[in-house]
Amino acid sequence: MAHAIFFYIFSAIAIISAIMVTASKNTVHSVFFLILDFISISCLFIMIGAEFLGMIMLIVYVGAVAVLFLFVVMMLNVAQQTNQWFLSSQSSGHIPIGLIISAIIFFELIIVIGGWKYKPNLLEKINTQTQESISNTHSLGQVLYTEYIHVFQISGMILLVAMIGAIVLTFRQRDGVKKQSYIKQISRERAEGVQVLDVESNKGVSIDD
Amino acid sequence: MIDIGLGHYLTLSAIIFTIGIIGIFLNRKNIIVILMSIELILLAVNINLVSFSIFLDDLTGQVFTLFILTVAAAEAAIGLAIIVVYYRNAGTIRVEEINKLKG
Repeated sequence: MAHAIFFYIFSAIAIISAIMVTASKNTVHSVFFLILDFISISCLFIMIGAEFLGMIMLIVYVGAVAVLFLFVVMMLNVAQQTNQWFLSSQSSGHIPIGLIISAIIFFELIIVIGGWKYKPNLLEKINTQTQESISNTHSLGQVLYTEYIHVFQISGMILLVAMIGAIVLTFRQRDGVKKQSYIKQISRERAEGVQVLDVESNKGVSIDD
Repeated sequence: MIDIGLGHYLTLSAIIFTIGIIGIFLNRKNIIVILMSIELILLAVNINLVSFSIFLDDLTGQVFTLFILTVAAAEAAIGLAIIVVYYRNAGTIRVEEINKLKG
């Protein structure tokens, strides 16, 4: 009973905030609704027993991805652009097509959900059964670092490539900025730095530059 | 209605998936909202995997949710970097005005 009540509350919040992500006028509000969506879905995950994934969703999505989105929205100054969902008259021909395609996809998914059956020998094929005695995090760790270790390392490579790619894409060499150049400093010789002059008395020396 | 089963979670994920697709199709604002719709779609996929994993008592779904999370984070980082570069070059990220590849 409590399960049902909390499921309906969290899923209603999730659906409404998902609608608001796409429909809200302000991009910053969309990002906040995205955060709300992730929070309610991770509450659902924790509720049905996937605690580790719920917490990871909170950390990764709310803590990293949503902040990244907020950062980019702030940096690009697009928050105040007005929403022109249905207003732009010259290019509104895509709206019925989009709605039709979305409706078709939705009904296909609903038909699949309503009509499928398990294979009779499905439960025998399951190889990584959860154990009641150890926690969700513990059992995930037992599988993740043994059976899926190669996939795990490949996902680490994906993160590395993403990091390098983001740095390379947004890196910009600026002109006119005075910076220390180590190679210039190190490769300086004595001859170009020091000058020995004979100074006549009462004349002084004029130093260029 | 009261008894929450696998079908409820799958229906929720189908609804969120469809909202994400609608967000991609009907968006006239900027590309950032399209990226957020893609995140919604990946979230729906994660709900599917986790609920199957819980109701079938099989951990594989949760492991793969972890990897989808990784790929989603990488995709968001790269996509936002591309958007920043495009904004720097073109001065706009409105969907209607991005038509340089049209030829």
